[in-house]
Parts: sequence; structure tokens; C-alpha cells
Amino acid sequence: MFRKPNPSSGVPIYVQLKEQVRHAIETGALCAGDQLPGIRSLAETLVINPNTVIKVYRELEQEGLLEIRHGLGAFILSRHRRAKTEGMRDAQQLVRELVETLKDEGLDEGAIRRLFEAELAGELQRR
Amino acid sequence: MTAVIETESLKKTYGKHEAVRGLNLCVEAGSVCAFLGQNGAGKSSTIKMLLGMIHPTSGTGRVLGHRIDKESESLLIRQNVAFVAEDKRLYDYMTVAQIVRFTKSFFPGWKRDLEQRLLAQFELPLDRKVRQLSKGMRTKLTLLLGFARGCELLILDEPTEGLDPVAIEDVLQIVVSLAAQGTTVFFSSHQIAEVEQVADHVLMIDRGQLVLDAPMDQVKEEYRHIHAVFPEPVEERDLRLPGVEKVQTEGRTVSLTASHNVDSIVAHVRMLRARSVDVLPVSLKEIFLEKVRARG
Repeated sequence: MFRKPNPSSGVPIYVQLKEQVRHAIETGALCAGDQLPGIRSLAETLVINPNTVIKVYRELEQEGLLEIRHGLGAFILSRHRRAKTEGMRDAQQLVRELVETLKDEGLDEGAIRRLFEAELAGELQRR
Repeated sequence: MTAVIETESLKKTYGKHEAVRGLNLCVEAGSVCAFLGQNGAGKSSTIKMLLGMIHPTSGTGRVLGHRIDKESESLLIRQNVAFVAEDKRLYDYMTVAQIVRFTKSFFPGWKRDLEQRLLAQFELPLDRKVRQLSKGMRTKLTLLLGFARGCELLILDEPTEGLDPVAIEDVLQIVVSLAAQGTTVFFSSHQIAEVEQVADHVLMIDRGQLVLDAPMDQVKEEYRHIHAVFPEPVEERDLRLPGVEKVQTEGRTVSLTASHNVDSIVAHVRMLRARSVDVLPVSLKEIFLEKVRARG
């Protein structure tokens, strides 16, 4: 399914392979639930460093495109789950920014945590 | 990460000639590390010191935790490291089958399945005498004997020299496969394309000294050529910035090679009112040529 990357181009091999996986998902060659080749077998087929394959799978997992199930392999995530991980990432970013702002206002971590908890508890009572 | 190979200020002099001049190497477990350099740059001397085959003039090092400069410990290194030498020395009077059987008897971790697969893949004639093998076949046989040993560290000195492209790809595939099973591979080579294909770390040596020590991806991502054209000729010293490895000026045209910090360099070049600025990737071959020539 994947082509041999061009090692002599200025683009790192892991970037080339990542693009190929992304492309396969976009064109539907790989669908949700499909299993990607194992690290060793893909490294052998493409004759590239196994650490490169590991790097590609890890980064695509962080980007929410696939999921690594330990001992089983790497699987393509469904769009829904992908959207969910993306949503979580955006939310995390919002929280991070808010915490930074509050810290700049002079609040310490304990105070911030108490504010969050009080807000969530209040939310629960209002329901 | 644990280091499988590490050296400290390793030196080797032959009479007045300084072959290796203070090497600090570190090869991490599980990596495929390429060792590049011109002929006579000190690669083979370094490898021989790592294996305790020659004694360092000064400095020290460890391979798999054993001291390379202690007789008793370097024996353990040679027992636990699979080494394929540059000269591919073999017992000429044995047949292929005999030398395989002979070598196998020394190594309890021998990989019989790999041995069988490689004998078939390399099309090695079992009953032919080693003396009667072609150069390519000899190389394949030596590699087979190294690969099948089942060691955690594989040191290869110019492994693909004299092989045709098909055999080279076979060899690289085995390297990749062993690496995927946890073997660390340290190999010297002149073939930059094959290094780019399978190595995840590059060490470059010139005249006995390390001139590059970096992960392959970092080399690809951070090294850049920057071409700029200025309205008027510029002074070379205005372009001596962090990350600039080399500056070439030709009238109003300047070409820079940067190893990192590319964004700030480009910003600086624009600030000097360059009319056009182009940033291009650099191949490992170009880096090699520049590193080696820069010191000429």
C-alpha cells in the first residue's frame, strides 16, 4: 500500500511516510478500524529504519488519526472519534490559556483548582 | 536511553600520524547509526579500537559496558558483538557449508532460520570453496556469518562494498529487520544514499575528528542552503551568525549553509535588504562534501 520514500530528497523520511498515511485515509484506501502494517513488517517492506515507522505512528496517534492498541497494532480511528480527540485538544488549549491568565492575575495553583471545583460543583447543583 | 558504544577523547597515533584525534562517540541502544568519512578519515581505526583489536594511544571507551582498553574486558566485547570487517577475511580452504557450521559452533544465540533464509536469498553454493567465491559472494557470506550470530550489537565496516544494487537492498533490509528486533547497528559507509535510507543517526568524521553528530531527521529538517541577492555587495562578516556553517559571496549573491537557526538567519538577511531570498534543502551528500572540504 505504501511506496518507498525517497531518502535523498530534503524531506525527512518520516514526513514522507506520514503524508502517505494521511493520503491513504483521505482517499479512502484506509478506513476506520483498518489495521496498519506492523512496525517490523513495514520497515522491512519499505527498507527504512523501524524507529522512523514508530515515529510516524506516534505522531499520527497524537494527531488523532490512529490509535495504538498495545500488543495489537495501530488502527485508523473513525472520523467521529477523531473529531472527539480534536475537540479535547482544543478544550485543553482553552484550559491552558485560562490557567495562564489566572496565574498572571496572581492566583496560585490551589486557588485555581478550588475555583474550577467550585464551578463544577455549582453546575451540578443547578441541574 | 542507554549507550551501547561510548568513547572519551579516544586517540590513536601511528608514529607521527594521528589517525584518530580525540573522539567522543555515543551510540544509543536500538539505533542504526551510520559512521561516515573519507578513506583514511579514521573509521577503521576507530572500529578496531572499539573491538579491542588495537589499543588506543590515549582515551578510553565502553562497548556494551565493557572497557575497550582492558584485555580481559575487550574479549567479552568480541564475544558479544557481531563484526563484519572491511577486508571480509575468511578461511579460504573451507566450503560455504563448512564455514557456516564452524562459525555457528562459537555462538549459542545463532539464528538458524536467518542463516537458512540468507543462504537461499544470497544464492550461496554450499559446497563451493570460499577461495572460489566471487567478491560479491564473499561479502554476502561474511555478512551472513555476522547477521546470524544473534548479537545485540552489530558493527559493520563498509558492509555493502562490492555488492550489486539488488544485494545492497537485501542487506539493508536485513539491517532494518534486525534493528526492528532490537539489535543496535553501527556501520561505516561511503554510500550516502543507503545511509540516508536506513540510519536514524549520523556520525561524520574527518581527519580523526567528529564533524557531525546528529539524528538523521534533524539533519534533514534543520540544514538549509540560503541564497540571497543584495542590491550591493555585502561583507562576509555581516553574515557570521549562529547556525551559519559556511558563507560564499560572489558579488551581490550570497549563499549560506546553515545547520540550524534558519528563521533568524533569513530574518537577518532580509534586514540587510536582500532583494530575493531562497531557502533550499540540503542533501546529506552536500553536507558531507562541505564538512570534508571546509577543513581542507
